[in-house]
Amino acid sequence: MADGRSAGADLTLTGVTKRFGGFAAVDDLDLEVASGQFFALLGPSGCGKTTTLRMVAGLEEPTAGTITIGGDDIGRLKPYKRPVNTVFQNYALFPHLNIFENVAFGLRRRGVKDVKSQVDDMLELVELGGYAKRRPAQLSGGQQQRVALARALINRPQVLLLDEPLGALDLKLRRQMQIELKRIQTEVGITFIHVTHDQEEAMTMADTVAVMNKGVIEQMGAPADLYDNPATTFVSNFLGQSNLVKASILDTHGDALVVDVQGTRIAAPVARARRTDGQVWVGVRPEKVFLGAAGVEEGSYDDNVLPSGTVTDVSFIGVSTQYLVKMPWGQELTVFEQNTGAREQFRVGDKVDLHWVAAHTFLLDADQDAHAGDETYAALSGAPTA
Amino acid sequence: MSRVGRWVSEHVVMVIALLVLCYMFLPIFFVVLMSFNAPTSRLNYEFQAFTWDNWLNPCAPAGMCESVVKSIEIGFLATVFATILGTLVAFALVRHRFRGRAGTSLLIFLPMATPEVVMGSSLLALFTTAGLAGTLGFWSILVAHIMFCLSFVVVTVKARLAGLDSRFEQAAMDLYANEWQTFWRVTFPLVFPGILAAALLAFSLSFDDFIVTNFNHGNTITFPMFVWGANQRGIPPQVNVIGTVMFAIALLLVLSGGVLQRRRER
Repeated sequence: MADGRSAGADLTLTGVTKRFGGFAAVDDLDLEVASGQFFALLGPSGCGKTTTLRMVAGLEEPTAGTITIGGDDIGRLKPYKRPVNTVFQNYALFPHLNIFENVAFGLRRRGVKDVKSQVDDMLELVELGGYAKRRPAQLSGGQQQRVALARALINRPQVLLLDEPLGALDLKLRRQMQIELKRIQTEVGITFIHVTHDQEEAMTMADTVAVMNKGVIEQMGAPADLYDNPATTFVSNFLGQSNLVKASILDTHGDALVVDVQGTRIAAPVARARRTDGQVWVGVRPEKVFLGAAGVEEGSYDDNVLPSGTVTDVSFIGVSTQYLVKMPWGQELTVFEQNTGAREQFRVGDKVDLHWVAAHTFLLDADQDAHAGDETYAALSGAPTA
Repeated sequence: MSRVGRWVSEHVVMVIALLVLCYMFLPIFFVVLMSFNAPTSRLNYEFQAFTWDNWLNPCAPAGMCESVVKSIEIGFLATVFATILGTLVAFALVRHRFRGRAGTSLLIFLPMATPEVVMGSSLLALFTTAGLAGTLGFWSILVAHIMFCLSFVVVTVKARLAGLDSRFEQAAMDLYANEWQTFWRVTFPLVFPGILAAALLAFSLSFDDFIVTNFNHGNTITFPMFVWGANQRGIPPQVNVIGTVMFAIALLLVLSGGVLQRRRER
């Protein structure tokens, strides 16, 4: 680093709370992000993720709690005294300055020498070498996004904050920029805090994802852990899709639990059980389930079988076929079958059984709302997501 | 018939637009035309003969150029003071939450809503009551002009400022600019077009104000006062020369602004 700044530093939030009037946007939040991590704060709009980010940037003052970077308390410092930079939603590029001056802005304020060569290098990094003299308005959305990134990164912050940086881009460009961002982060090694409501984006890019809801973190961990072993109904629905069926725990056999699902016994690993007695939601991801004709065995997938379903809907979507299966107790479950050609195709009205490997089962507390975090359900029923 | 009908229906908007433009520009055309008139009598109301004389001797009518200079002086000072004060007021109203903010916003409109002739006469009453009746002149005109320009400046700058996304300033602060640098590097340049527009408006309001000035000018003769006085005897064509020059300057400003904007976007 030319100016002696470190590549990244730990970020710690302890008991951070932000109240707007009586409303707690962020509620007693504890968070630790290790140096050099790509960390995603994921949650629906209004969950407090952007407020959290703005408190780290210094654009919002916490009502309570401390924020430290590399051990230094920065929670009460002015934004321009903090070793963080932000990529704003909709970029906030200075419209009266050209691309070069936009990127040079932070260097000039800090009185850094050799501005020209640093800006040129940074524009090269984001592949905008020939655009220095243009104005922001003359660039496409994707190019503006890269300028915003360059303008923040050039200052070598200890923590880079990204507030829905890809939200304004169309799907194809967004996927492209996700890969690009990940590449740049690996290259510069700076701690990235990425705020997004797009679960796929969070899982693709981040080393660690924290799922936020109503001002608190519901669960935090590696994307695969969150997906395979959700801690709450909110996480199970917000991150991908889940089938949740009301059940009660009967017994424990070593590291497995025996569960009664509407009259059928299934097994679930203790390691994935958030409760080990009483009422639970039995959860299984739609793509983990195999459909078989009623009464036919499926070999290694026979750990857990829910029999006597009726296919009520079939949607062919190319790579997979999505089935809705009505169970004897009236609930409709979702099953995704890969279109490998090896599996039997079913039609509406067919009698089927649902099979899956016991290890793919998770158990959640039955006191939680089965539809929490289910945006499709919320949209259809008009109920709030959270 | 149908071809004619189609032509008319396709061009009707354009024809109406041209008519409206003519309606707007015909008077200005006359201003320019009459500046080349060689009137045979004192009355410059009919075009009689073409001449360059008025343009070659613009200061021929006694006292006219002095009055133009006076108007420019007053207009310049009124613009400077009204723009600075008005911009500060606009910033306070848009950027700060304080007691009486809504009330202030409303009161700012009052001078614009008050009939100018009543404003002028009441101002004279105020000056007289304050014992300043004998000193009316340059300074009383200036004070009055700053007063009525102020509202227009506040309203113009406020509109620009309200439309300014506060994220630009947050981005500047995020990029190590302190409050002072943020203002001069980001806020001011972005609000500047509004301030410039407000200043131009203030100058044009001050330069051709007649009503308020008429009550409070004492012995000082501004350009509008000169024209009013000359009208008693017959307006000299040089007045049209001044009018044409002012128009040309305004046109030049607008055009160069447009060219600058276009070059910046390229």
